[in-house]
Amino acid sequence: MNRHLISAADLNRDEAIEILDTAEELAQVADRPIRKLPTLRGRTVVNLFYEDSTRTRISFEAAAKRLSADVINFSAKGSSVAKGESLKDTALTLQAMGADAVVIRHNASGAPHRLAGWVSGSVVNAGDGTHEHPTQALLDAFTIRRRLGRIDGLRVAIVGDILHSRVARSNVWLLTTLGAEVTLVAPPTLLPVAVGGWPCSVSYDFPAILPGSDVVMMLRVQHERMTDAYFPSVREYSRRYGLDSDRLALLPEHAIVMHPGPMNRGVEIAAEVADSARSTIVEQVANGVVVRMAVLYLLLGGSEGTR
Amino acid sequence: MAALNPPSGGVGSGSAAQAHGDAHGNQPQFAGQIVLGQAEIRRALTRIGHEILERTDGAADVVLLGIPTRGVPLARRLAARLDETESIVVPVGSLDITMYRDDLRLRPARPLGHTEVPAAGIDDKIVVLVDDVLYSGRTIRAALDALSDIGRPRAVQLAVLVDRGHRELPIRPDYVGKNLPTSKREAVRVLLTETDGADSVTLVGAVAGDRTGGRSVRR
Repeated sequence: MNRHLISAADLNRDEAIEILDTAEELAQVADRPIRKLPTLRGRTVVNLFYEDSTRTRISFEAAAKRLSADVINFSAKGSSVAKGESLKDTALTLQAMGADAVVIRHNASGAPHRLAGWVSGSVVNAGDGTHEHPTQALLDAFTIRRRLGRIDGLRVAIVGDILHSRVARSNVWLLTTLGAEVTLVAPPTLLPVAVGGWPCSVSYDFPAILPGSDVVMMLRVQHERMTDAYFPSVREYSRRYGLDSDRLALLPEHAIVMHPGPMNRGVEIAAEVADSARSTIVEQVANGVVVRMAVLYLLLGGSEGTR
Repeated sequence: MAALNPPSGGVGSGSAAQAHGDAHGNQPQFAGQIVLGQAEIRRALTRIGHEILERTDGAADVVLLGIPTRGVPLARRLAARLDETESIVVPVGSLDITMYRDDLRLRPARPLGHTEVPAAGIDDKIVVLVDDVLYSGRTIRAALDALSDIGRPRAVQLAVLVDRGHRELPIRPDYVGKNLPTSKREAVRVLLTETDGADSVTLVGAVAGDRTGGRSVRR
């Protein structure tokens, strides 16, 4: 693995599988009486969060603590950032504190890449603007593999607000690397202009895609990033691109329904679908911790500068 | 114990073994002296099986935990031996110690082995750790740490196919297939049918760079 994890597109097939296999072994630590490994004792992981996040920050914190690393949480609100400190100065501060890894979430695409040039430790991208969220894609891939036994050859539909979704972008790259066929389903206004260059196909007809899908990944409509009118009304969006129980019935028997959370119940996914046995939403959260443990172990568990 | 394992026919013919000495070959053969062949390994495991039965009251409450990679098939073979001799079915599992190693920072992060603890757990059981080669003792120290995170056995014992000496920690084996005096510059290669397609233990003199398939010099 590289020294940093900034983009799912940087991972080749072997590296991605190594992360998933490591996570598979680490998953059983969660079932033991002592859910802790001594591996990263004495190492410091800084969670640097410029955007609000509950599950990702807690997930990284739990992962680092289960590996016995020291965790420092740094959120932009109520910190020096609120007083106007730049990312570079914050980075130099963390560097001086001896951070072995910095987990960063930032509202600007590319911030983790810049940060990687300023700190000597590993940088893990926990979501940057509308660019990437590689650990989410890894945990999605891990969840698919656990439920369906493989990824290679599966047909995956990613549905909803692709334009603002770093999760969609990371998943397109990672799942394609792992041999899946990805189809994006969204209204034309919620697709990025450059989508033609992505290794996936595009559809505007959600019900037509369902019978041939093994995995349906529903994305949240990101109202907070919407500065324009992307669709006439939430109700109309939900009618055309929401997953309700009628549409669930169109899926093959074995297919699973995923959502990276947080959900807007009744908008992109109906409550009864979110709570059905085919939904993996709660599993995804649990799997997030083990996948992030695997990433931290592979980045920090060995000697420095040799990989 | 060494007396129970007379050298096999090929031993001493260092030059003959040298004929296989192409370090680039993919054959599971190493230049060096074959210390144990298939029959000797079988006999050693049979004897260890009997010793376990004797010392643990017929292997009641015994759990065999193999240390990956080659400790795992050895543990399975020992369990099969106990079943054959006394029709006792002993729980077998594996215990990966990678996350507990004391030399993690000296090398790049390594892939994890598989840990599988038998369903009944290890609390109040007699855990017999099984590994192929005992050398510095550091692997076993890590295994003891790993065990204590999984449960609290009544006792922990250690079975190894080869004890090559040079301990760096106060650790000793309870069951030994063969005591093998070695120099630190030598390497002991253990091959097993399950992992390597053949059974043998080879002592390799002044170590070559080749590590394919065999046990590396240091653990």
